[in-house]
Amino acid sequence: MVNLNIDLGAGLKLQNPVMTASGTFGYGREFESLTDLDRLGAIIVKGTTLEPRQGNPYPRMAETPSGMLNAVGLQNKGVDYFIEKIYPEIRHYKSNIIVNVSGAKVSDYVETARRLASLDGIPAIEVNISCPNVKSGGMAFGTTCAGSSEVTEAVRKVWPRHLMVKLSPNVTDITEIARAVEGSGADSVSLVNTFLGMAVDVERQRPFLSTVTGGLSGPCIRPIAIRMVWQVAKAVKIPVVGLGGIMNGRDAMEFILAGASAVQIGTANFVHPDATIRTVEWIEDYCRRHNITDFSTIVGALNR
Amino acid sequence: MNKPLLIEFEVTCVDRSGATARLTLEPVGGVTMPMPAPGQFVNILVEHAHNTFLRRPISVNFAEPGSLMLMVKEAGEGTAVLVNSLPGDRYNILMPLGHGFTLPEKPEKCLLIGGGVGVAPLLYLGECLRQRGVEPVFVLGARNRKELDWQLPDFEKIGKTFVATEDGSLGTKGFVTQCPALDLEADRWYVCGPMPMMKAVAAAARKRNVECEVSLENKMACGLGACLCCVEDTADSGNVCTCTEGPVFNLNRLKW
Repeated sequence: MVNLNIDLGAGLKLQNPVMTASGTFGYGREFESLTDLDRLGAIIVKGTTLEPRQGNPYPRMAETPSGMLNAVGLQNKGVDYFIEKIYPEIRHYKSNIIVNVSGAKVSDYVETARRLASLDGIPAIEVNISCPNVKSGGMAFGTTCAGSSEVTEAVRKVWPRHLMVKLSPNVTDITEIARAVEGSGADSVSLVNTFLGMAVDVERQRPFLSTVTGGLSGPCIRPIAIRMVWQVAKAVKIPVVGLGGIMNGRDAMEFILAGASAVQIGTANFVHPDATIRTVEWIEDYCRRHNITDFSTIVGALNR
Repeated sequence: MNKPLLIEFEVTCVDRSGATARLTLEPVGGVTMPMPAPGQFVNILVEHAHNTFLRRPISVNFAEPGSLMLMVKEAGEGTAVLVNSLPGDRYNILMPLGHGFTLPEKPEKCLLIGGGVGVAPLLYLGECLRQRGVEPVFVLGARNRKELDWQLPDFEKIGKTFVATEDGSLGTKGFVTQCPALDLEADRWYVCGPMPMMKAVAAAARKRNVECEVSLENKMACGLGACLCCVEDTADSGNVCTCTEGPVFNLNRLKW
């Protein structure tokens, strides 16, 4: 019997280390017939903002070698719609529900987090200071220590439970940002969000995306993401959640050995809608093969 | 509506003509295939293409219990693998997906207007209409005779079929919009084809004030309404997912 439980602190206890990455799994219910929504570490729902957002114009996606670019731009119906209409329909899942929070101004993050705090069943929020597809806010905060700290400190004052902060890889030194948000009250950091990228339709001589640039995700970013997780895990004391191109359990285990206490599966959900549950099963089998009875003992094994 | 499932299929038959192939597939291991509704699509995993990553969304050309037909035109590396399939090849398919064509409550006069590989979903739609007592009329457009003639017997079995080819090698010379059959009395038009063709047919539908549904092919990733990549800007709700609210939309919803 393998114990896959992992405690990320501040009340966020996962039945296993596998979560869904925000924006790649809708609100979970889109995958109801394809994967077991009761058996995940957490479902991190679509990026939620104070007001409804239409997102960016089509086209928003370009396929790239071993990955894709997206420029969705945080399309969502706003926090009140989530609280009133969506949450009641997904609260029964036995997996933790974590809400990803984004905003254009610090006060947007604060008000969104404050409203979510009324939902007792939400053990954590993930503060997104790393969305590359919005004109204001998002990555603008996450690329400086001051901006990252400002958002984290402000949200910390109104959010009483686990506070995860999602970091941008589009920085010179991600460990500085991680230390800044740790110092500002974050309970964990998740990394990485997408890399800023671009693709050109050479026949039409135009960019593929309506926004010209977008966020690159998928296995093409995995080695860079693992390197960043490894660096951050050594730089901070709070738990690190790893993501970036994880397609299966083997990929997830790379992040875990490099220092991630848990992982998020994102773009893989578009190709293999059952990728999350298969990753849980693979990790369980891995632990059995390696005579590991308690999953938490292998976290960061490379760094010891 | 049937919920989407992941099903392993085996290719049992391949009919090819140029860069287009019609694949007949059957679920492996006695798995029951959920029956798609006409206009729905599948998202098919192509594993041996090196520069593609996502599944390929393909409309349902025909379906019977235990058997699925897909018409694939080579447009890139992923579809090239599919077109070159051999009997015995296996594919992991996510299906059925999307919101298909609205079938009339009572028998109506229906015109099914297709262009290029867009004729594919109209075959299954025609069969479903026929089973409901509707006599479907097809108006099919192609570049030339070669593109269409191998498929024509299947359409003619189901309903009266008119053809327009750009080079005049079969039927009326020109686009489907120049085909006299568009003047046939009709309560409802169903349209699928390349964007310029659909927009031209949509304009003709507006002029005639006929109920009209079109099937879009916006670029998709998940096919499940999760990634929000394939959105269409609608008149009533702004950006909505083509993969779940479509691919078939009533013309009145579109800002065309």
